[in-house]
Amino acid sequence: MPGPVVVFIEQRDGKFKKACWEALSEGRRLATALGAPLHAVTAGSGIAEAAKECAQYGADAVKVADHAKLKAYANAAYARIVSKQAGNASAVLFSATALGKDLSGHVAAMLGTSVAQDCTELKVEGGRILAKRPVYAGKAYATVAVKAGPLVATLRPNVFKASAPDAAKPANVENLPIDAQDADFRAAVKEILASASKKMELTEANVIVAGGRGMKGAEHWGLITDLATALGGAQGASRAVVDAGWRPHEEQVGQTGKTVSPTLYVACGISGAIQHLAGMSSSKYIVAINKDPDAPIFKVANYGIVGDVFEVLPALTAEVKKLRE
Amino acid sequence: MNIVVCVKRVPDSSARIKPGADGKSIDPAGVEFVLNPYDEYAVEEGLRIKEKAGAGEVTVLALGGPESAETIRKALAMGADKGIHLKETAPGRDFIATAQAIAADLKPRPVDVLLFGNRAIDDDGAQIAAETATLLGLPYVGVVTKLELNGRTATAHRPIEGGVEVVEVALPAAFSAQKGLNEPRFASLKGIMAAKKKPLEEKPAAAGEPRMELVKLDSPPARPAPRIVGNGKDAVPALVKLLREEAKVI
Ligand SMILES: Cc1cc2nc3c(=O)[nH]c(=O)nc-3n(C[C@H](O)[C@H](O)[C@H](O)COP(=O)(O)OP(=O)(O)OC[C@H]3O[C@@H](n4cnc5c(N)ncnc54)[C@H](O)[C@@H]3O)c2cc1C
Ligand SMILES: Nc1ncnc2c1ncn2[C@@H]1O[C@H](COP(=O)(O)O)[C@@H](O)[C@H]1O
Repeated sequence: MPGPVVVFIEQRDGKFKKACWEALSEGRRLATALGAPLHAVTAGSGIAEAAKECAQYGADAVKVADHAKLKAYANAAYARIVSKQAGNASAVLFSATALGKDLSGHVAAMLGTSVAQDCTELKVEGGRILAKRPVYAGKAYATVAVKAGPLVATLRPNVFKASAPDAAKPANVENLPIDAQDADFRAAVKEILASASKKMELTEANVIVAGGRGMKGAEHWGLITDLATALGGAQGASRAVVDAGWRPHEEQVGQTGKTVSPTLYVACGISGAIQHLAGMSSSKYIVAINKDPDAPIFKVANYGIVGDVFEVLPALTAEVKKLRE
Repeated sequence: MNIVVCVKRVPDSSARIKPGADGKSIDPAGVEFVLNPYDEYAVEEGLRIKEKAGAGEVTVLALGGPESAETIRKALAMGADKGIHLKETAPGRDFIATAQAIAADLKPRPVDVLLFGNRAIDDDGAQIAAETATLLGLPYVGVVTKLELNGRTATAHRPIEGGVEVVEVALPAAFSAQKGLNEPRFASLKGIMAAKKKPLEEKPAAAGEPRMELVKLDSPPARPAPRIVGNGKDAVPALVKLLREEAKVI
């Protein structure tokens, strides 16, 4: 039997992330295709009971490292625990979150292998796993495989489907020893500063409303916020806007910002420079609002409105609100 | 203070990327190459750490073909003191083999602060930093937007979903730079001239043990034909109708 598919499930304050259920569900599909068992591995403090939820997404075994020392994320310590479970694995999967992207690199180094970051597709062909991932921020896609050992991969949030949890599935829970060394805690997180606004994370959002220089100034951002709120989405920005100081860095979409693939991306007053398109052109539906009919953004937009954002946005927000009522 | 910054030569962010005839590499026609933008933040941070400490040395290291020397010179022109060029010897090198070669070279050298970009904008690996740090046994904080040194202790800020992690580490330590960390300086004409005379050590890169192979490189899937719904706010009802009935997204 091929070695297990191991999926790391991340939690904060005992709450598991939706993106992890996506990764675990994809892990289930992969394990079934390989004829391998599926193991969920998680680490934290006081999470043993909550971890049982992993079984509902098809984990044959739920392995929990539960210790006060693991309450805060400590990259090397977490990696020591995960890599111990991964020696004979077929694949080790993470969500491509801030934590998953960080942890996967440490685990890969301990296993002597590379990571396929931000994968958008996994499949089994002739007994080996092929992983597809955007490179050049989405200007091209690479298909990669490992020559030996486990495939270590992170899965882009919002791309893989989480299956419906099966509450009847019994949990087979195993406690893991904490054999991390003191040195593994040298870069442990000391504290987490909550972001001022309880904003939705761009890479996890299903809907993104993004603004560019056409918004003319930070004082007009309420128009973006209003539409994002009406659509239940997150806000993004072009680099021009971030560099002008209208919006924070973490909202930048593009080659030197975030690569996103929401179901709906609304670009407002964004010209569609190649570096911006790189980061968002894998969105399922793109709407562009720009007063210049020749703006390159219209080349990737499913639907475009040629017009002034100051006129179109309030009307669009009102129309969406009307629908939602 | 010994500061080492790892830098990579990558296609310019405005480059159009087309898979080449072999289906594995990119078609180099018309592509310009630059110092990876994230590495500019790392170089800048290295220079600032040295300037603040009032002493020390900033070394830039690049693994790559002969052209990587140009990338090292760019960092030297910004103000770094010397370069190490690990010349590519092994085609088919993957991420871990890159990290192994960098770590092999750095192992015997004294390093207090090791800096990387958080990702190279060509293959978007986002892992060399964590891997190299792990191989060297250094504590590592990745994707850093703020770095403060106080004697032998560093405090780093690292944005995560909905917040910022604060991590405190003792030096020696490794970090990767994210946009927002600083504003990289431009190389002055004087800097560019001076860079030509700065020491550049060249040696073959250790082979490492590649594990990952590129099966193929594709263009992104084509997007459906674009459609202009209309002009101005009068087009809004039609747009909403399409989003609701055709796209089914609202
Ligand atoms: C190394 C490097 C990396 C980069 N990385 C990124 C990146 O990650 N992300 C990114 O976005 N950019 C990036 N860029 C910058 C990129 O090249 C563009 O400069 C930037 O995307 C332009 O932002 P913009 O579309 O908001 O502004 P502009 O290009 O100035 O476009 C503004 C648009 O608004 C329209 N407009 C103006 N007024 C109105 C109005 N009232 N109503 C409607 N429309 C209006 C105009 O017609 C125009 O199309 C990078 C550049 C470099 C060199
Ligand atoms: N060939 C290389 N030579 C030197 N440094 C590199 C090389 N490749 C990657 N790096 C460093 O590692 C960082 C992250 O790269 P990556 O993990 O490939 O996205 C880069 O920003 C560089 O600082």
